[in-house]
Amino acid sequence: MTTRGTQAADGPQAALPGTPAFPEAARRAVHDPVLRANLRHATHTIRGRRARAVAELADWDRLRAAGKAIKDHTLRHLDRYLVQLEESVTAAGGTVHWAVDAAEACRIVTRLVQATGEREVVKVKSMATQEISLNEALEEAGIAAYETDLAELIVQLGHDRPSHILVPAIHRNRGEIRDLFAREMGRWGRPAPDGLGDDPRELAEAARRHLREKFLRAGVAVSGANFMVAETGTLVVFESEGNGRMCLTLPETLISVVGIEKVVPTFRDLEVFLQTLPRSSTAERMNPYTTMWTGTAGGDGPSAFHLVLLDNGRTDTLADAVGRQALRCIRCSACLNVCPVYERAGGHAYGSVYPGPIGAVLSPQLRGTGSPVDASLPFASTLCGACEEVCPVAIDIPEILVHLRERIVQGGPATREGVRVRIRPARGHAAERAALRAARLLLDHPGALRAGERLLARARRLRPRRLPGPGRAWTDSRDLPEPPEQPFRDWWAQRERQDRTPRRQDQAGTP
Amino acid sequence: MTSRDVILARIRRAGAAGATGPTGAEAPIPRDYLRVHGERTPAESADLLAANLAEYRAHVHRTADDGLPALLARLLARRGTRTVLVPAGLPLYWLADAAATHVPDRAAATPYEFDAVDSVVTGCALAVAETGTLVLDGGPAQGRRRITLIPDHHVCVVRVPDQVVDSVPQALERLDPTRPLTWISGPSATSDIELDRVEGVHGPRTLDVILATTPTPPTAAPHTQP
Ligand code: SF4
Repeated sequence: MTTRGTQAADGPQAALPGTPAFPEAARRAVHDPVLRANLRHATHTIRGRRARAVAELADWDRLRAAGKAIKDHTLRHLDRYLVQLEESVTAAGGTVHWAVDAAEACRIVTRLVQATGEREVVKVKSMATQEISLNEALEEAGIAAYETDLAELIVQLGHDRPSHILVPAIHRNRGEIRDLFAREMGRWGRPAPDGLGDDPRELAEAARRHLREKFLRAGVAVSGANFMVAETGTLVVFESEGNGRMCLTLPETLISVVGIEKVVPTFRDLEVFLQTLPRSSTAERMNPYTTMWTGTAGGDGPSAFHLVLLDNGRTDTLADAVGRQALRCIRCSACLNVCPVYERAGGHAYGSVYPGPIGAVLSPQLRGTGSPVDASLPFASTLCGACEEVCPVAIDIPEILVHLRERIVQGGPATREGVRVRIRPARGHAAERAALRAARLLLDHPGALRAGERLLARARRLRPRRLPGPGRAWTDSRDLPEPPEQPFRDWWAQRERQDRTPRRQDQAGTP
Repeated sequence: MTSRDVILARIRRAGAAGATGPTGAEAPIPRDYLRVHGERTPAESADLLAANLAEYRAHVHRTADDGLPALLARLLARRGTRTVLVPAGLPLYWLADAAATHVPDRAAATPYEFDAVDSVVTGCALAVAETGTLVLDGGPAQGRRRITLIPDHHVCVVRVPDQVVDSVPQALERLDPTRPLTWISGPSATSDIELDRVEGVHGPRTLDVILATTPTPPTAAPHTQP
């Protein structure tokens, strides 16, 4: 039996192969009516629900400030809290492994799975394992990795890539999902029932039966975690469907791959995130299931627990005084749902497992800005500030974007794999062109443009900040004296004429 | 150098430890958020818990403690339950009226055995009114984590008012982090197909919650007791 998996065979530190720079990928997405309609519906629906869920808490701003402070404090003393976490997990019967990069993390997990003698693992959705392309690494070692989130299952059966943190299959309609299930499920296990319809309830039932067969016999599970508590060694997973609980409690061996930034000092700190994460993420007072476990518990759950602590660019990000705040991210996806660019461009345009505004700041930091897609991501924004406003840990995403733009355009110091390096300025006017092309996706669409004009007014409230050199073309838009005197549309049109870039780019590869 | 040493050295070199606020001192974590949202009597807290559970499509039932056996028997009979998973420490009088065969929560049982069971009945460690959440910690009457996951029907008994707290911060104060904890807010659900909420992709599709009022301690003379 061949193992299934996503087609992406991206190298650990590389952008997804064949991914065009953001502007090209975005232009393609903008012309996909299904994707745009789904994205619009989803982002607007979740956005509205979230606002109501947040409004219920009179102390939201204080919870947000506390969340920010807890994360900042932890990052300042990250070495101390990781060592404490290691002690606590070990004392509770777990084993801790440290992985400098994706390749090492994959090697560790593969070895651990091989040691159990199992040939397949069940997985609960985890951005860290996507980031390191664990499924592909396991596949190479002859181990089948089964994603068990409904959306991840849809993505995996479709040999596809997720496009949203929260609703990864947002680019698929129910009819397509039905066809996928009918065609693909039988190849990997229990087939979809005959005559499967496209009612969500029926589709969920088919997934339930297909996956249950795997859960009941699974010997090894791989997960991520939302939080790790240094003081107690407790790991926390938030979820909705119960596949997380299945993975975290039924198999004999549990392997969790977690970014080092996910640690918090004390059990009490969870009181903040238990309130802010579900409301920001799924717009619920509380998500259906949260599991907390500490090492191994005699007779309840896995008898072997391994924690793989993942660096993979995080310490480099920590070394950047402006950019390090991206490590506060709790992956709630709220910033995606308010982003006017994400709403139109979709998740795949970002060419990484972290889409949307947070992807635009996290991916170029974790991976460096060497590839065209990573160098263009910091320009994939109108700097409207909506993402910062909505962020439950108050990450100033626009500030990081401007900082990264500056580095791409001007060059400057950065840390790569623990070594201080100087980034050379982008050659020629590449960055300027990237910026303008990213903006053109708005200009091509009157609705988007109207949004852009509204956002411009808001952008002006941000503190002025100009970029020297070619980057000025971009930041100038925020220093326009009176937008009505020189309308945004005209201004851009003028810029367009000056920009000699051919309008039609070859769209090499597929997003 | 091990990878552990490499990572820790990189963190120390990253200079984050020197990063402090404008005053040069590390700002304390502001804990001025609320311990509880609003003021409620115990009865109001139970009402809020019931309302929030119901909003996430749990079926909420209320009874005095002595009504538990009849209510449980009715809920199990309605599902046609023939076998019921029984965790250690479950007060056996709860199931005195139910006809279903008891299946004990054994460590050695395979997941397949539990997959064949119709229902599970448990207590809980506590319930959080503001969020409509049940928390199980593997203590008496709760069993191992998997027993409330595999069967398609879960009946959870919450003792009112002693097991009800108002808020998440109050809940954490009462919980022991070293125990395996499961927080349940409504039945398992997904919104992944065109944002339609569908119950029960993997966990129990039906969640019955019984708010059982504990008898108030006798204040009258002892001879009034039966
Ligand atoms: S950056 Fe903020 S809003 Fe965006 S996913 Fe992370 S925590 Fe959520």
